[in-house]
Amino acid sequence: MASTEAAARGAEAPPTGDNPARPAAHRARSAPAAPKPTLWQHIGPIAAVLAILLVVWYATAVALNASQVIERTLSSQPGWGFADLVRLTLTMDRPVLPAPHQIALDLFDSVFGWPLDSPRNLLFHAAVTSSATLLGFAMGTALGALLAVAIVHSRTLERSLFPWVIASQTVPVLAIAPIVIVILGSLGLTGVFPKAIISMYLCFFPVAVALVKGLRSPGVLELELLHTYAASRAHTFWKLRVPASLPFLFPSLRVGIAAGLVGAIVGELPTGAQAGLGARLLTGSYYGNTVQIWSALVMSALLGLALTSAVALAERLLTPGGRR
Amino acid sequence: MSGPLLAVTLVAMLAVAVFSVRALAAVDERHLVGRIGTPLLFGVWVLVFWQVLTQAFDVPQVLLPAPSLIGRALVASAGVLLSDFNQTVLHSVLIGLVAGCALGFAVGVLIDRSPFLQRGFLPIAALASTVPLIGIAPIMVMWFGFDWHSKAAVVVVMTFFPMLVNTLAGLAESGHMERDLMRSYGAGYWRTLLSLRIPVALPFVFNALKVNSTLAMIGAIVAEFFGSPTSGLGFRISTEAARLNMGLVWAAILVAALAGSLLYGLLGWVERRATFWHPSIRTSG
Repeated sequence: MASTEAAARGAEAPPTGDNPARPAAHRARSAPAAPKPTLWQHIGPIAAVLAILLVVWYATAVALNASQVIERTLSSQPGWGFADLVRLTLTMDRPVLPAPHQIALDLFDSVFGWPLDSPRNLLFHAAVTSSATLLGFAMGTALGALLAVAIVHSRTLERSLFPWVIASQTVPVLAIAPIVIVILGSLGLTGVFPKAIISMYLCFFPVAVALVKGLRSPGVLELELLHTYAASRAHTFWKLRVPASLPFLFPSLRVGIAAGLVGAIVGELPTGAQAGLGARLLTGSYYGNTVQIWSALVMSALLGLALTSAVALAERLLTPGGRR
Repeated sequence: MSGPLLAVTLVAMLAVAVFSVRALAAVDERHLVGRIGTPLLFGVWVLVFWQVLTQAFDVPQVLLPAPSLIGRALVASAGVLLSDFNQTVLHSVLIGLVAGCALGFAVGVLIDRSPFLQRGFLPIAALASTVPLIGIAPIMVMWFGFDWHSKAAVVVVMTFFPMLVNTLAGLAESGHMERDLMRSYGAGYWRTLLSLRIPVALPFVFNALKVNSTLAMIGAIVAEFFGSPTSGLGFRISTEAARLNMGLVWAAILVAALAGSLLYGLLGWVERRATFWHPSIRTSG
């Protein structure tokens, strides 16, 4: 049981909280830039790094694809130069590493070249995956909130259940994805619901941990003030604990929805699902269609961005005064 | 067992369970029995009810095998599971985790010297946390083959960004006072880095390590769904699930869970030894 103890401490460690990446990044970014940076100072470095990455990508694509190109086409025509090599490596049909413009073209083609309900349109797959993600996210948030409220109000549950909630996170949750799909399939449940269950399992943990911390965040002073008002337990909960927990809740919701997306994508793997971004990845890997894999990958990245920014937008609207 | 008798037995068991867990939860938290015993007893009761209910209601083993069945499968296929553990945990996870974290830390230390690169990399690294990086698994399987190398590569990519972000944040954590003090001692960049900034960054680094230990298990297991040699925990889970051999599936999951918890616990143990000075560890010790 030492692991749960460590986990409990890890989840509550002050420097980074339950989501180490985000608040940490936020602080580090704001610390060195004492005078408020201009827009160019924000975008310039990012653009420079992106440009460097793009150049590295093209160079890597040429290097990785070179041997196949030389073997298949160039070896039959003597006297080929470096320009031929570059041209051919960047226009291969099934490259080892496709060039960025090939991926962009494929993405553009699939989004605008086919009707929205066609299985060749990536937006159709993105919609299938995001519906599972959103359903799972809603269920996971509800479950996490329920657990958090129960844990905050019952000492017995806190001592007996909470360590297991934390221990459940050290378990490679996605390992159970195939069974969940098989079990629910044998019950006659197919489609969106089994995938949403996996999303839910991944979502509930960050929400539960952050809410327990958030609902406990009001200090003795605030609690005693409400006590002098003769506030009931329900009043204290709704007027003090819930508002105090919002700054803790939203970062965990962002983590939760990103995790839920991973869950939905992985949930599409073991069933051999017909639709969804995970299914695209799987068929791409079966047929060695690298460009298709990469464009599905880019699409899932865009979907992840869209979902997390939707949560961030809700956060800005619901918590007056902006983020913590 | 007849219906009413079963119901009475179950209610009685439930009462005993609730009472015993409550009694143990009331024990002083500083006491080992109260701290560790309560969740342990809770877990034991869950197992007992799981066993009793699956047998009493004849739950088909495809749906939920009884704990005893999982235990038997665990013992019967110990050899198979051991080779799976060796393939997935000792090769894919550990090698990938060490490489990914070392790379993230090294790049973090390098980038830290240039504010320009920091401002360029940090938003991109933060974005990477919202992207389902697990999707690169099929590409890595194509590039590096079915064996553990491709899984380790997936783990490297997944663990790199959390470590990079946390290293940068940790290095920025040491205050001006401390840095000025180091300067007044005549300490150069490397001396300051080794004696002040890296120790101060350690809590962040350990946080990334712990997050990454879970990510690494997930990455390695999911990457095996895209193709693997005939061993590995992910391979075992997906093939045995397809054959509806649920006892072995749950046994493999148990092994994966134990390995994940062990890794996490080990890192937590090292963290407590290495950052004993940090408030979060001081107060709870």
